[in-house]
Amino acid sequence: MGVIATPDRSPGSVVSQVSPNWLTTRVDFLVNWARSNSMWPMPFGTACCAIEFMAAAASRYDIARFGMERMSFSPRQADVLICAGRLPFKLAPVIRRIYDQMPQPKWVISMGACASTGGIFDNYAMVQGIDTVVPVDVYVPGCPPRPEGLLYGILLLQKKIRGETLADPSIRIEQTLDEHGLRLSPERIDELSEPFGNSLHQTRSA
Amino acid sequence: MNPSADALERHFGSAIRRVTESCGDTIVYVELGRLREILAWLKDTPDQAYIYLVDVTAVEYREPERPLEVVYELFAFSRKVGLRVKAELPKDQPLEVDSMVPLWAGANWLEREVYDMFGITFRGHPDLRRILMWETYAEGYPLRKDFPLRGRFSRSEQVRQALNANPEAHYSLEELGIAESYQELPADMRGRLARGERGQIAEPKGGA
Repeated sequence: MGVIATPDRSPGSVVSQVSPNWLTTRVDFLVNWARSNSMWPMPFGTACCAIEFMAAAASRYDIARFGMERMSFSPRQADVLICAGRLPFKLAPVIRRIYDQMPQPKWVISMGACASTGGIFDNYAMVQGIDTVVPVDVYVPGCPPRPEGLLYGILLLQKKIRGETLADPSIRIEQTLDEHGLRLSPERIDELSEPFGNSLHQTRSA
Repeated sequence: MNPSADALERHFGSAIRRVTESCGDTIVYVELGRLREILAWLKDTPDQAYIYLVDVTAVEYREPERPLEVVYELFAFSRKVGLRVKAELPKDQPLEVDSMVPLWAGANWLEREVYDMFGITFRGHPDLRRILMWETYAEGYPLRKDFPLRGRFSRSEQVRQALNANPEAHYSLEELGIAESYQELPADMRGRLARGERGQIAEPKGGA
Protein backbone atom coordinates (compact mmCIF):
# COMPACT_ATOMS: atom_id res chain seq x y z
CA MET A 1 0.00 0.00 0.00
CA GLY A 2 1.90 3.00 -1.23
CA VAL A 3 0.80 6.57 -1.44
CA ILE A 4 1.63 6.65 -5.14
CA ALA A 5 -0.88 4.76 -7.17
CA THR A 6 0.30 1.74 -9.05
CA PRO A 7 1.01 2.79 -12.66
CA ASP A 8 -1.55 1.62 -15.06
CA ARG A 9 0.20 -0.92 -17.29
CA SER A 10 -2.72 -1.56 -19.56
CA PRO A 11 -2.11 -1.19 -23.29
CA GLY A 12 -2.44 2.39 -24.57
CA SER A 13 -1.42 4.24 -21.42
CA VAL A 14 1.83 6.23 -21.13
CA VAL A 15 3.60 5.84 -17.84
CA SER A 16 5.65 8.81 -16.73
CA GLN A 17 9.06 8.00 -15.28
CA VAL A 18 9.18 11.22 -13.20
CA SER A 19 7.33 11.70 -9.91
CA PRO A 20 3.68 12.55 -10.41
CA ASN A 21 3.74 15.06 -7.46
CA TRP A 22 3.50 18.39 -9.25
CA LEU A 23 0.80 20.91 -9.85
CA THR A 24 0.25 24.12 -11.73
CA THR A 25 -0.86 27.39 -10.14
CA ARG A 26 -0.38 31.13 -10.31
CA VAL A 27 2.61 32.63 -8.47
CA ASP A 28 0.40 35.34 -7.00
CA PHE A 29 -2.00 32.78 -5.60
CA LEU A 30 0.75 30.62 -4.13
CA VAL A 31 2.71 33.51 -2.59
CA ASN A 32 -0.36 35.19 -1.17
CA TRP A 33 -1.67 31.88 0.16
CA ALA A 34 1.61 31.31 1.97
CA ARG A 35 1.88 34.89 3.25
CA SER A 36 -1.69 35.21 4.43
CA ASN A 37 -1.57 31.94 6.36
CA SER A 38 1.71 32.52 8.17
CA MET A 39 1.60 36.08 9.44
CA TRP A 40 3.78 36.54 12.48
CA PRO A 41 2.40 39.30 14.68
CA MET A 42 4.51 41.89 16.44
CA PRO A 43 2.36 42.72 19.47
CA PHE A 44 2.59 46.38 20.49
CA GLY A 45 0.27 46.32 23.47
CA THR A 46 -0.04 49.56 25.43
CA ALA A 47 -3.43 49.32 27.13
CA CYS A 48 -6.55 47.25 27.73
CA CYS A 49 -6.73 46.21 24.06
CA ALA A 50 -3.63 44.14 24.74
CA ILE A 51 -5.63 42.08 27.26
CA GLU A 52 -8.17 41.26 24.55
CA PHE A 53 -5.29 40.53 22.20
CA MET A 54 -3.90 38.04 24.72
CA ALA A 55 -7.34 36.47 24.96
CA ALA A 56 -7.37 36.16 21.18
CA ALA A 57 -4.05 34.34 21.38
CA ALA A 58 -5.19 31.99 24.14
CA SER A 59 -6.89 28.65 23.64
CA ARG A 60 -10.53 29.76 23.46
CA TYR A 61 -10.10 32.04 20.42
CA ASP A 62 -6.71 30.76 19.29
CA ILE A 63 -5.32 32.88 16.47
CA ALA A 64 -3.02 29.92 15.78
CA ARG A 65 -5.87 28.75 13.57
CA PHE A 66 -4.87 31.53 11.18
CA GLY A 67 -1.15 30.82 11.32
CA MET A 68 -0.44 33.59 13.83
CA GLU A 69 0.50 31.64 16.92
CA ARG A 70 4.11 32.67 16.67
CA MET A 71 4.30 36.05 18.45
CA SER A 72 7.39 37.80 17.24
CA PHE A 73 8.81 39.94 19.99
CA SER A 74 11.49 41.13 17.63
CA PRO A 75 10.28 43.37 14.80
CA ARG A 76 12.94 41.87 12.54
CA GLN A 77 11.07 38.56 12.31
CA ALA A 78 7.57 40.01 12.24
CA ASP A 79 5.01 40.50 9.46
CA VAL A 80 2.09 42.24 11.17
CA LEU A 81 2.40 45.08 13.66
CA ILE A 82 -0.66 44.99 15.92
CA CYS A 83 -0.94 48.24 17.86
CA ALA A 84 -3.26 47.27 20.70
CA GLY A 85 -3.96 50.36 22.76
CA ARG A 86 -3.44 54.09 22.90
CA LEU A 87 -0.26 55.65 21.63
CA PRO A 88 1.13 58.63 23.54
CA PHE A 89 3.36 61.10 21.72
CA LYS A 90 6.26 59.81 23.76
CA LEU A 91 5.83 56.36 22.17
CA ALA A 92 5.38 57.67 18.61
CA PRO A 93 9.10 57.48 17.73
CA VAL A 94 9.21 54.00 19.29
CA ILE A 95 6.45 52.52 17.14
CA ARG A 96 7.91 54.29 14.12
CA ARG A 97 11.29 52.67 14.72
CA ILE A 98 9.68 49.25 15.25
CA TYR A 99 7.81 49.68 11.98
CA ASP A 100 10.99 50.72 10.16
CA GLN A 101 12.81 47.67 11.52
CA MET A 102 10.21 45.22 10.19
CA PRO A 103 11.20 43.66 6.85
CA GLN A 104 8.90 43.69 3.83
CA PRO A 105 6.28 42.41 3.34
CA LYS A 106 4.67 44.01 6.42
CA TRP A 107 1.23 45.08 7.47
CA VAL A 108 -0.26 47.03 10.37
CA ILE A 109 -3.44 46.40 12.32
CA SER A 110 -4.73 49.28 14.44
CA MET A 111 -6.65 47.61 17.24
CA GLY A 112 -9.20 49.62 19.19
CA ALA A 113 -10.63 53.11 19.23
CA CYS A 114 -7.56 54.77 20.77
CA ALA A 115 -5.05 53.37 18.31
CA SER A 116 -7.34 54.21 15.40
CA THR A 117 -8.49 57.72 16.38
CA GLY A 118 -7.20 58.64 19.81
CA GLY A 119 -10.49 57.45 21.28
CA ILE A 120 -11.55 59.16 24.47
CA PHE A 121 -8.05 60.58 24.90
CA ASP A 122 -8.51 63.73 22.87
CA ASN A 123 -5.86 65.51 24.89
CA TYR A 124 -2.36 66.95 24.88
CA ALA A 125 -0.52 63.66 25.36
CA MET A 126 -2.03 61.28 22.82
CA VAL A 127 -1.50 60.61 19.13
CA GLN A 128 -4.89 61.00 17.41
CA GLY A 129 -4.69 57.79 15.41
CA ILE A 130 -1.53 55.84 14.64
CA ASP A 131 -2.10 56.40 10.93
CA THR A 132 -0.47 59.80 11.45
CA VAL A 133 2.71 57.88 12.36
CA VAL A 134 2.68 54.56 10.44
CA PRO A 135 0.54 53.34 7.50
CA VAL A 136 -2.37 51.17 8.65
CA ASP A 137 -3.97 48.30 6.72
CA VAL A 138 -6.89 47.31 8.96
CA TYR A 139 -8.66 49.29 11.68
CA VAL A 140 -10.50 47.25 14.31
CA PRO A 141 -13.08 49.37 16.13
CA GLY A 142 -14.14 48.76 19.72
CA CYS A 143 -13.22 49.86 23.21
CA PRO A 144 -11.68 47.35 23.51
CA PRO A 145 -12.67 45.09 20.60
CA ARG A 146 -13.65 41.59 21.59
CA PRO A 147 -11.32 38.82 20.38
CA GLU A 148 -13.85 38.03 17.66
CA GLY A 149 -13.41 41.60 16.44
CA LEU A 150 -9.66 41.17 16.18
CA LEU A 151 -10.12 37.82 14.43
CA TYR A 152 -12.43 39.48 11.92
CA GLY A 153 -9.79 42.15 11.34
CA ILE A 154 -7.20 39.43 10.77
CA LEU A 155 -9.50 37.69 8.29
CA LEU A 156 -9.96 41.00 6.47
CA LEU A 157 -6.20 41.44 6.35
CA GLN A 158 -5.83 37.92 4.92
CA LYS A 159 -8.41 38.82 2.29
CA LYS A 160 -6.46 41.97 1.50
CA ILE A 161 -3.21 40.01 1.17
CA ARG A 162 -4.85 37.51 -1.19
CA GLY A 163 -5.71 40.41 -3.47
CA GLU A 164 -2.13 41.61 -3.72
CA THR A 165 -0.07 40.94 -6.81
CA LEU A 166 3.64 40.65 -7.44
CA ALA A 167 3.11 42.57 -10.67
CA ASP A 168 2.66 45.74 -8.62
CA PRO A 169 5.94 46.35 -6.76
CA SER A 170 4.72 49.73 -5.49
CA ILE A 171 2.81 48.11 -2.62
CA ARG A 172 6.10 46.88 -1.18
CA ILE A 173 7.93 50.21 -1.36
CA GLU A 174 9.23 51.23 2.04
CA GLN A 175 7.29 54.30 3.22
CA THR A 176 9.79 56.51 4.94
CA LEU A 177 9.35 59.85 6.66
CA ASP A 178 9.70 63.01 4.59
CA GLU A 179 12.25 65.76 5.12
CA HIS A 180 10.15 67.25 7.94
CA GLY A 181 10.15 63.92 9.74
CA LEU A 182 6.46 63.38 8.99
CA ARG A 183 4.58 60.60 7.21
CA LEU A 184 1.73 62.78 5.98
CA SER A 185 1.45 66.46 5.20
CA PRO A 186 0.84 68.69 8.25
CA GLU A 187 -2.57 69.64 6.84
CA ARG A 188 -3.55 65.98 6.57
CA ILE A 189 -2.43 65.26 10.14
CA ASP A 190 -4.43 68.22 11.44
CA GLU A 191 -7.45 67.00 9.48
CA LEU A 192 -7.14 63.44 10.78
CA SER A 193 -6.74 64.74 14.34
CA GLU A 194 -9.83 66.94 14.28
CA PRO A 195 -12.14 66.19 17.20
CA PHE A 196 -15.37 64.41 16.38
CA GLY A 197 -18.29 62.84 18.23
CA ASN A 198 -18.38 63.64 21.91
CA SER A 199 -15.04 65.42 21.71
CA LEU A 200 -16.79 68.29 19.94
CA HIS A 201 -18.40 69.23 23.24
CA GLN A 202 -15.11 69.42 25.10
CA THR A 203 -13.97 72.98 25.45
CA ARG A 204 -10.56 74.36 24.74
CA SER A 205 -9.94 76.43 27.83
CA ALA A 206 -7.54 78.80 26.11
CA MET B 1 -8.54 64.85 64.65
CA ASN B 2 -4.92 63.78 64.55
CA PRO B 3 -3.15 64.85 67.81
CA SER B 4 -0.14 65.89 65.74
CA ALA B 5 -2.11 68.99 64.71
CA ASP B 6 -2.25 70.22 68.32
CA ALA B 7 1.42 69.41 68.81
CA LEU B 8 2.28 71.42 65.71
CA GLU B 9 0.28 74.42 66.90
CA ARG B 10 1.99 74.31 70.30
CA HIS B 11 5.43 74.02 68.75
CA PHE B 12 5.19 76.34 65.74
CA GLY B 13 2.44 78.76 66.77
CA SER B 14 1.46 81.13 63.98
CA ALA B 15 3.34 79.17 61.32
CA ILE B 16 0.39 76.77 61.42
CA ARG B 17 -2.21 78.72 59.48
CA ARG B 18 -5.23 76.53 60.06
CA VAL B 19 -6.25 72.93 60.69
CA THR B 20 -9.22 71.22 59.06
CA GLU B 21 -10.57 67.73 58.84
CA SER B 22 -11.95 66.06 55.75
CA CYS B 23 -13.23 62.48 55.42
CA GLY B 24 -11.38 61.54 58.59
CA ASP B 25 -8.05 63.00 57.42
CA THR B 26 -6.41 65.86 59.27
CA ILE B 27 -5.17 68.66 57.00
CA VAL B 28 -2.67 71.19 58.31
CA TYR B 29 -2.03 74.39 56.35
CA VAL B 30 1.42 75.73 57.12
CA GLU B 31 3.48 78.81 56.26
CA LEU B 32 5.33 78.31 52.98
CA GLY B 33 8.67 79.62 54.27
CA ARG B 34 8.80 77.18 57.19
CA LEU B 35 7.57 74.11 55.34
CA ARG B 36 10.94 72.29 55.35
CA GLU B 37 11.44 72.98 59.05
CA ILE B 38 7.96 71.74 59.94
CA LEU B 39 8.21 68.58 57.87
CA ALA B 40 11.66 67.84 59.30
CA TRP B 41 10.21 68.19 62.80
CA LEU B 42 7.34 65.84 61.93
CA LYS B 43 9.78 63.29 60.58
CA ASP B 44 12.49 63.44 63.26
CA THR B 45 10.55 64.02 66.50
CA PRO B 46 10.14 60.60 68.18
CA ASP B 47 6.51 61.31 69.17
CA GLN B 48 5.60 62.11 65.58
CA ALA B 49 7.84 59.80 63.50
CA TYR B 50 6.21 60.43 60.12
CA ILE B 51 8.99 58.53 58.41
CA TYR B 52 7.10 57.75 55.20
CA LEU B 53 6.31 60.35 52.55
CA VAL B 54 3.35 58.81 50.74
CA ASP B 55 2.89 61.42 48.06
CA VAL B 56 3.74 64.92 46.94
CA THR B 57 1.21 66.60 44.73
CA ALA B 58 -0.32 69.98 44.02
CA VAL B 59 -3.76 71.46 43.48
CA GLU B 60 -4.92 74.39 41.41
CA TYR B 61 -8.49 75.49 41.99
CA ARG B 62 -11.00 76.77 39.49
CA GLU B 63 -11.19 80.21 41.10
CA PRO B 64 -8.34 82.22 39.55
CA GLU B 65 -7.63 84.19 42.73
CA ARG B 66 -7.13 81.13 44.90
CA PRO B 67 -3.50 80.16 45.43
CA LEU B 68 -2.03 76.86 44.33
CA GLU B 69 -1.47 74.31 47.06
CA VAL B 70 1.41 71.91 47.33
CA VAL B 71 0.39 68.82 49.29
CA TYR B 72 2.50 66.42 51.35
CA GLU B 73 0.92 63.17 52.45
CA LEU B 74 2.76 61.71 55.45
CA PHE B 75 2.41 58.41 57.29
CA ALA B 76 3.76 57.12 60.62
CA PHE B 77 4.17 53.36 60.51
CA SER B 78 4.70 53.07 64.25
CA ARG B 79 1.27 54.56 65.02
CA LYS B 80 -0.49 53.78 61.74
CA VAL B 81 -1.68 57.37 61.31
CA GLY B 82 -1.46 59.71 58.37
CA LEU B 83 -1.22 63.49 58.17
CA ARG B 84 -1.73 65.83 55.24
CA VAL B 85 0.35 69.00 55.17
CA LYS B 86 -0.42 71.76 52.70
CA ALA B 87 1.26 75.04 51.84
CA GLU B 88 -0.26 77.76 49.69
CA LEU B 89 1.60 79.33 46.77
CA PRO B 90 0.13 82.70 45.71
CA LYS B 91 -0.01 83.09 41.96
CA ASP B 92 1.53 86.57 41.92
CA GLN B 93 4.81 85.20 43.25
CA PRO B 94 7.25 82.72 41.70
CA LEU B 95 5.99 79.16 42.31
CA GLU B 96 8.87 77.92 44.46
CA VAL B 97 9.04 75.45 47.34
CA ASP B 98 11.97 73.94 49.21
CA SER B 99 12.74 70.43 48.03
CA MET B 100 12.14 67.62 50.53
CA VAL B 101 14.67 65.27 48.91
CA PRO B 102 17.14 65.83 51.80
CA LEU B 103 14.43 64.49 54.17
CA TRP B 104 12.90 61.73 52.03
CA ALA B 105 14.87 60.43 49.04
CA GLY B 106 11.56 59.21 47.64
CA ALA B 107 10.48 62.80 47.10
CA ASN B 108 12.77 62.96 44.07
CA TRP B 109 10.47 61.63 41.37
CA LEU B 110 7.32 62.91 43.11
CA GLU B 111 8.62 66.47 43.01
CA ARG B 112 9.72 66.01 39.42
CA GLU B 113 6.17 65.04 38.56
CA VAL B 114 4.75 68.12 40.30
CA TYR B 115 7.29 70.27 38.45
CA ASP B 116 6.36 68.58 35.16
CA MET B 117 2.60 68.98 35.59
CA PHE B 118 2.31 72.28 37.50
CA GLY B 119 5.58 74.14 36.90
CA ILE B 120 6.34 74.45 40.61
CA THR B 121 10.10 74.76 41.17
CA PHE B 122 11.64 72.82 44.05
CA ARG B 123 14.65 74.65 45.48
CA GLY B 124 17.56 72.29 46.18
CA HIS B 125 16.22 69.40 44.12
CA PRO B 126 19.20 67.39 42.78
CA ASP B 127 17.73 66.61 39.35
CA LEU B 128 14.70 68.75 38.55
CA ARG B 129 13.70 67.61 35.06
CA ARG B 130 10.41 66.68 33.48
CA ILE B 131 9.53 63.07 34.20
CA LEU B 132 6.29 62.24 32.36
CA MET B 133 6.50 64.59 29.39
CA TRP B 134 9.72 64.57 27.39
CA GLU B 135 12.40 67.03 28.36
CA THR B 136 12.06 69.24 25.30
CA TYR B 137 8.30 69.58 25.84
CA ALA B 138 7.64 73.25 25.21
CA GLU B 139 3.88 73.61 25.52
CA GLY B 140 3.76 74.37 29.24
CA TYR B 141 2.48 72.57 32.30
CA PRO B 142 -0.48 70.32 31.45
CA LEU B 143 -2.36 70.31 34.76
CA ARG B 144 -2.52 74.09 35.09
CA LYS B 145 -5.97 75.56 34.60
CA ASP B 146 -4.82 77.85 31.80
CA PHE B 147 -3.48 74.91 29.80
CA PRO B 148 -5.70 73.96 26.83
CA LEU B 149 -6.89 70.36 26.92
CA ARG B 150 -5.36 69.52 23.55
CA GLY B 151 -2.11 71.36 24.12
CA ARG B 152 -0.89 74.64 22.67
CA PHE B 153 0.64 73.43 19.39
CA SER B 154 -1.22 72.11 16.38
CA ARG B 155 -1.57 68.35 16.09
CA SER B 156 0.83 68.23 13.16
CA GLU B 157 3.47 70.12 15.13
CA GLN B 158 2.97 67.78 18.08
CA VAL B 159 3.41 64.76 15.81
CA ARG B 160 6.46 66.33 14.19
CA GLN B 161 8.13 66.99 17.53
CA ALA B 162 7.26 63.51 18.77
CA LEU B 163 8.64 61.77 15.67
CA ASN B 164 11.79 63.86 15.78
CA ALA B 165 12.46 62.93 19.39
CA ASN B 166 15.09 60.32 20.05
CA PRO B 167 13.41 57.38 21.81
CA GLU B 168 16.69 56.22 23.32
CA ALA B 169 17.44 59.51 25.02
CA HIS B 170 14.62 59.72 27.56
CA TYR B 171 16.74 58.48 30.43
CA SER B 172 19.94 59.68 32.02
CA LEU B 173 22.88 57.33 32.39
CA GLU B 174 22.19 56.99 36.09
CA GLU B 175 18.59 55.97 35.51
CA LEU B 176 19.70 53.36 32.99
CA GLY B 177 22.24 52.04 35.50
CA ILE B 178 25.00 51.89 32.91
CA ALA B 179 27.08 54.86 34.02
CA GLU B 180 30.06 52.66 34.86
CA SER B 181 30.00 50.77 31.55
CA TYR B 182 29.51 53.93 29.48
CA GLN B 183 32.87 53.64 27.73
CA GLU B 184 32.08 50.11 26.52
CA LEU B 185 28.96 51.18 24.63
CA PRO B 186 29.00 51.68 20.85
CA ALA B 187 30.10 55.16 19.87
CA ASP B 188 26.78 56.19 18.36
CA MET B 189 24.87 55.12 21.47
CA ARG B 190 27.36 57.03 23.63
CA GLY B 191 26.69 60.10 21.56
CA ARG B 192 22.94 59.78 21.81
CA LEU B 193 23.03 59.22 25.55
CA ALA B 194 25.42 62.08 26.11
CA ARG B 195 23.22 64.48 24.15
CA GLY B 196 20.16 63.30 25.97
CA GLU B 197 16.82 64.97 25.49
CA ARG B 198 18.16 68.31 26.60
CA GLY B 199 19.02 69.25 23.03
CA GLN B 200 16.69 71.21 20.82
CA ILE B 201 14.57 69.54 18.18
CA ALA B 202 15.57 70.81 14.76
CA GLU B 203 13.30 73.39 13.20
CA PRO B 204 11.38 72.19 10.14
CA LYS B 205 13.26 72.60 6.89
CA GLY B 206 11.59 74.93 4.44
CA GLY B 207 9.40 76.52 7.09
CA ALA B 208 6.66 73.90 7.28
